[in-house]
Amino acid sequence: MVSENEIWKLLEEVPDPEIPVISIVDLGVVRTVQIIDSKVTIEITSTYSGCPATGVFIEDIKSKLSENGMDNVDVKMKFSPAWTTDWLSEKGRVKLKEYGIAPPENEPDKSLLFAKPFIVPCPKCNSKKTKMISQFGSTACKSLYQCDDCQEPFDYFKCLK
Amino acid sequence: MENKEALINYCLRLGDSSLILGQRMAEWCSNGPILEEDIAMTNISLDLFGQSRMLYSYIAELEGGTNEDEIAFRRNEREFFNTLISERPNGHFGDTIARNFLIDAFSFHYYKQLVKSNNEVISAFAEKSLKEVTYHLRHSSEWMIRLGDGTEESKIKIQNALNKVWKYSDDMFDVNDGDKSLIESGIAVNPEEIKEAWNETITSVLKRAKLTRPEDGYFHKGSRNGVHSEYLGHLLTEMQYLQRAYPDAKW
Repeated sequence: MVSENEIWKLLEEVPDPEIPVISIVDLGVVRTVQIIDSKVTIEITSTYSGCPATGVFIEDIKSKLSENGMDNVDVKMKFSPAWTTDWLSEKGRVKLKEYGIAPPENEPDKSLLFAKPFIVPCPKCNSKKTKMISQFGSTACKSLYQCDDCQEPFDYFKCLK
Repeated sequence: MENKEALINYCLRLGDSSLILGQRMAEWCSNGPILEEDIAMTNISLDLFGQSRMLYSYIAELEGGTNEDEIAFRRNEREFFNTLISERPNGHFGDTIARNFLIDAFSFHYYKQLVKSNNEVISAFAEKSLKEVTYHLRHSSEWMIRLGDGTEESKIKIQNALNKVWKYSDDMFDVNDGDKSLIESGIAVNPEEIKEAWNETITSVLKRAKLTRPEDGYFHKGSRNGVHSEYLGHLLTEMQYLQRAYPDAKW
């Protein structure tokens, strides 16, 4: 029988369906792994409640473990505490940037109104002269920005705390 | 367990309001005024669907023998408890923004209090939804300001939109007898508690948008007891079509 640690290692090989450069472990979606009497129970927390990737997470986890001989697997949704970008691993942040997505800045954009969105450096040229094009981007977890220096439009992984 | 029925009904109030507004926002898909707005509105729709799912799966657990899809797609109009304002048609872009602004401000303040609910699922729902609704409120508030303080034409349109939707706003604050018992036991939050905060948000954004706050007059009500406007039935026929025509359809 495999150990919980080995399962964590296997899950690191499961990519995020929407941002395949990072794994679901790097994304912080996998919360707990437990083996009781050869039954594997995994708890996951989705990034946004309507995230369409959630169903895919569950399928991908099950098929990964099934490939490795584990068929008695239960994947449960855990709603509280709510997912936060703090759970995104350091490795995940680096990979996001290399992929062209600006990783979340440490401050959540709580300036409900009136305040300007804060500066997000361009993941291509590191310029700080960037502007927000839209609060909402290609997926629920991202906003759309553009760099004024290299002109590159890019996704910003929204900070959520 | 006499509270169970009240709890299910309260979850329907919250979940249905999210689902129906989510369906309205989904109607904008491919019809947004600009590409970014199309994406924004469908993103908001997705958040709202996710929120309703959290509650529907909880209801399915409480009731037993049912599931999220059945709850969303197999109920009739009078079995829905969403707010009247959430079923208002999209109209033009300004109508949608004015409607959403009043709702977002309500949800933002309401969920902030609801996080303290002593029911674990409801508190988790509020915690998660609050983070999302914060973005929604920002989105609708910024558009209120941009349209109100924009051109002569945009100002007239958004002011008229606001005036038209205003009489559906007070319905959000309604409670029924079941809610009252849940409020007493610390599960639900009395919407009256957040009225002041809601008013402050509305007033301050309208001021900045150079818009006039409509006068309080006659308010339409009834949704808390499942009485709706003519629009909900039409919305449901479209939303529920597939599951009604092909029950349990899978692909």
